[in-house]
Amino acid sequence: MPLLEVNHLEVCFGLRSGSVKALRDVSFTLERGERLGVVGESGAGKSVLGFSILNLLSRPGFISSGHVNFEGKDLASLSPSELRSIRGNRISMIFQDPMMTLNPVLTIGDQMVECLLAHRKISMADAKRVALQKLKQVQIPSPEKRLDQYPHELSGGMRQRIVIAIGLLLDPDIIIADEPTTALDVTIQAEIMDLMLDLCEKNNVALILITHDLGVVSQVTQKMLVMYAGRIIEQGPTKEIINDAQHPYTQGLMNALPQMALPGQKLNQIRGSMPPLQNIPRGCAFNPRCEYAFETCKHNLPSFTQSGNCLVACHMVAEMKQVAAHKEEL
Amino acid sequence: MIAFFIKRFFQAVVVMFVISLISFSIQDNLGDPLRELVGQAVSEEERQALRDEMGLNDPFLVQYARFASKAIQGDLGNSYFFKEPALEVILKKFPATMELVIGATLIIVCFSVPVGVYSAIKPNGLFSKVVMGLSIVGISVPVFLTAIGLIYLFAIELGWMPSYGRGETTTILGFWESGFFTADGLMHLVLPSFTLASIMLPLFIRLIRAEMMEVLQSEYVKFAWAKGISPRRIYFLHALKNTMLPVITVGGVQIGTMVAYTILTETVFQWPGMGFLFLEAVNRVDTPLIVAYLIVVGAIFVVTNTLVDLIYGLVNPTVKLAGKK
Amino acid sequence: MTDSTMKMDAPPSTWQRFKESHFWHSFRIDRVAQISFAIFVLYVVMALSASFIAPFDPYDPSQIDILDSEIPPSWDDEGDERFLLGTDAQGRDMLSTILYGTRVSITIGICAVLLQAFLGIVIGLTAGYVGGRVDSLLMRIADIQLSFSTMMVAIIVLAVFQATFGTELYQELAMIMLILVIGIAEWPQYARTIRASVLAEKKKEYVDAARVMGFGRLRIMFRHILPNTLSPILVISTVQIANAIISEASLSFLGLGMPVSQPSLGSLISSGFEYIFSGAWWITVIPGLVLIVLVLVMNLLGDWMRDVLNPKLYKG
Repeated sequence: MPLLEVNHLEVCFGLRSGSVKALRDVSFTLERGERLGVVGESGAGKSVLGFSILNLLSRPGFISSGHVNFEGKDLASLSPSELRSIRGNRISMIFQDPMMTLNPVLTIGDQMVECLLAHRKISMADAKRVALQKLKQVQIPSPEKRLDQYPHELSGGMRQRIVIAIGLLLDPDIIIADEPTTALDVTIQAEIMDLMLDLCEKNNVALILITHDLGVVSQVTQKMLVMYAGRIIEQGPTKEIINDAQHPYTQGLMNALPQMALPGQKLNQIRGSMPPLQNIPRGCAFNPRCEYAFETCKHNLPSFTQSGNCLVACHMVAEMKQVAAHKEEL
Repeated sequence: MIAFFIKRFFQAVVVMFVISLISFSIQDNLGDPLRELVGQAVSEEERQALRDEMGLNDPFLVQYARFASKAIQGDLGNSYFFKEPALEVILKKFPATMELVIGATLIIVCFSVPVGVYSAIKPNGLFSKVVMGLSIVGISVPVFLTAIGLIYLFAIELGWMPSYGRGETTTILGFWESGFFTADGLMHLVLPSFTLASIMLPLFIRLIRAEMMEVLQSEYVKFAWAKGISPRRIYFLHALKNTMLPVITVGGVQIGTMVAYTILTETVFQWPGMGFLFLEAVNRVDTPLIVAYLIVVGAIFVVTNTLVDLIYGLVNPTVKLAGKK
Repeated sequence: MTDSTMKMDAPPSTWQRFKESHFWHSFRIDRVAQISFAIFVLYVVMALSASFIAPFDPYDPSQIDILDSEIPPSWDDEGDERFLLGTDAQGRDMLSTILYGTRVSITIGICAVLLQAFLGIVIGLTAGYVGGRVDSLLMRIADIQLSFSTMMVAIIVLAVFQATFGTELYQELAMIMLILVIGIAEWPQYARTIRASVLAEKKKEYVDAARVMGFGRLRIMFRHILPNTLSPILVISTVQIANAIISEASLSFLGLGMPVSQPSLGSLISSGFEYIFSGAWWITVIPGLVLIVLVLVMNLLGDWMRDVLNPKLYKG
């Protein structure tokens, strides 16, 4: 049984103008110790996916159908207290901006110790000891001093390390990291990413890395899924997708990387922009921007086609596969 | 810390200087000390001679300097009506007003925090709607009407509580006449304290609710949920501590308003405090008493503002009080 | 192809634009706003027509009979149908005194707010548009003035005034003094709000355009920027009128406001207070209720307007 199995997850937002689907039919699995990347533009639904695993969606968002099975139990249907015992304990989450994530009026020590005390029956002294140990793991200098300091007294990089340490406090099975390095200086981003990779490998912690940075995904993750307008449009082993993307959107993303353009050449862009969730085109959501789109794309939702070890939701890929299979028969 | 106090001390001196200047100008132009000292049948020359002797014909600044130097020593002249030192007369009534303010503050804190917090947690629930509705009514009823209403309901119709005065008081610490230690005194405190509290209560409830609602949307509260912290701790520590910061600031500013409203409350309940005394002094044109009241109120204002800033600095770790590490 | 002349529709008139606006739509759905507005209009109409619709003139000594004093309202057993709401201690008809009193209260409220608004807008516009040292100075003054509560300042000023000039002169000037005091004490509210709006508008392009076209400062301030800052003014004005009415009522209650010869609702309540203990509750309670409803209605309108015009901007 996989560690985490998301089945046909659907998330709705009940706005005054009507109900909007932020996630449609999202399914994937995660094994113990596996590192999964979730990639897509802003508004594609990556963060919503991250929050919905722990049912942290803020009103008016809610899970309208589907299952989030963690070790067989459906997290979407747990009671608040059962859910609370999982959060921070078996599955922890790291947010984007450490300045906003840490409570400005509480000390670092308070914010770390409370997490331990919420899930384990241990003494204050023991909790402090564990906290210090984790701070050392994330390579924070003079960890004892930090416990009494406040978030605003520390640099951005240090704060994010502390947030990561909090994420590891209870030795969780899964860490969900929502854009963990976006708010940091470029010079620090690599350090933090290396740290996370190291910790996950050493402690056999599964990682769901939500990001728009393809470079990071290629270095850190083993599997990845690409999201567009609330759906997964391609998923599979990271190496395969990076080297040979099948879906036109993913190909567009790869081409748009600055490294793909020659010096002096204009950067490649996917023309148009992602549609707002209230106004998703019929059929394949990408069809208005796709240079390969044909009639079926405008009317029918593509289902997943197996291509190598990847699953791709694209009519053209399905067509090509059929043609190839046909050829083989002949 | 010390630097903070020194800075505030200088600010206080400036404020008191301005207040004393204004008070003195009032005194100079209001009422005629001579009228109180001598009768009508005194000739104009004798009056002038008396004025010279009392230094009343000296230039303004000289008179002010004299006033200020006496004031610092605590001598603000004698009340025309009571024939006693004005400052003493005012300060004798200080405990009465102070206890009223303490009572009102206790009520405000004990009510507004839980009500504000609960109506923020479920902002669209019935409780919240009722609270918001009542608070608009609360803002719309002037304090003296609340007083009258409470008196009519509880004192006249139901007869549960007395309608005026302080009742029995005991003297604690040798000089403070307190109503907190006798049952009768406490009964007398109830209606006036609720009346005084009723001005600020709707304001604080709405403020706490609004701030709390915003704080509950913040990233750090979401992170606390993600850590699996208990809801009670999230609401009453993570959220509340951040909510109270702007509330303390606003609350501090409202203290000045409270003082003005003690005058109204004391008038309705015939509560023998400084405010009631002030109003009587105004009606009698008892200038030294008026001036003494203004100066005492100014001092209270300065002290409470400093206290509020101090409390804020202690609660908010991102603010460094001047000099604090 | 037919040769047709293009007929352009005339641009919508101001009335049409108003009818289609968000403001009007929100008003039409919200019953509370409609009822509040209706009650407010009723009050204003009653107040304006007091001289016509009051059954008696309570300040005409020939119409008062001391034998009529302290008669309960007409629905009570001992009531008299001549006096719908009863009479006060001097025999004056309560309905008439309340009508006149409401007129006084509303007049003072509106005039005081007009004064506040005028001062506040001029100062706020100047501070916001001119900026620099002028701005700092003006805002410092505003801050200092804000820290002194209006009530305290009003009590002191009026007390001193009354003591200096004696009660007779005071009675004649009471209304003007009240308007002046409440008007001058509260300008910082308007100034700060306007200044914030001006600072935001200053950055917009139409201001640059106006400057480039060579319009003078004053003209830009008043004719270009001011109209765009009107909605916050509208929002605080209703609440300020409510507050002014309460302030005046409180001051009159203390004896520092309108005299008994020309009473506002506050003075009526004050003069009736002692009679509550002897059972003649209507002398103080009925004017009290009239005052509460008036203020409540204005506060409700103010709240509604704040939500409609801009929910997030005016946290206070």
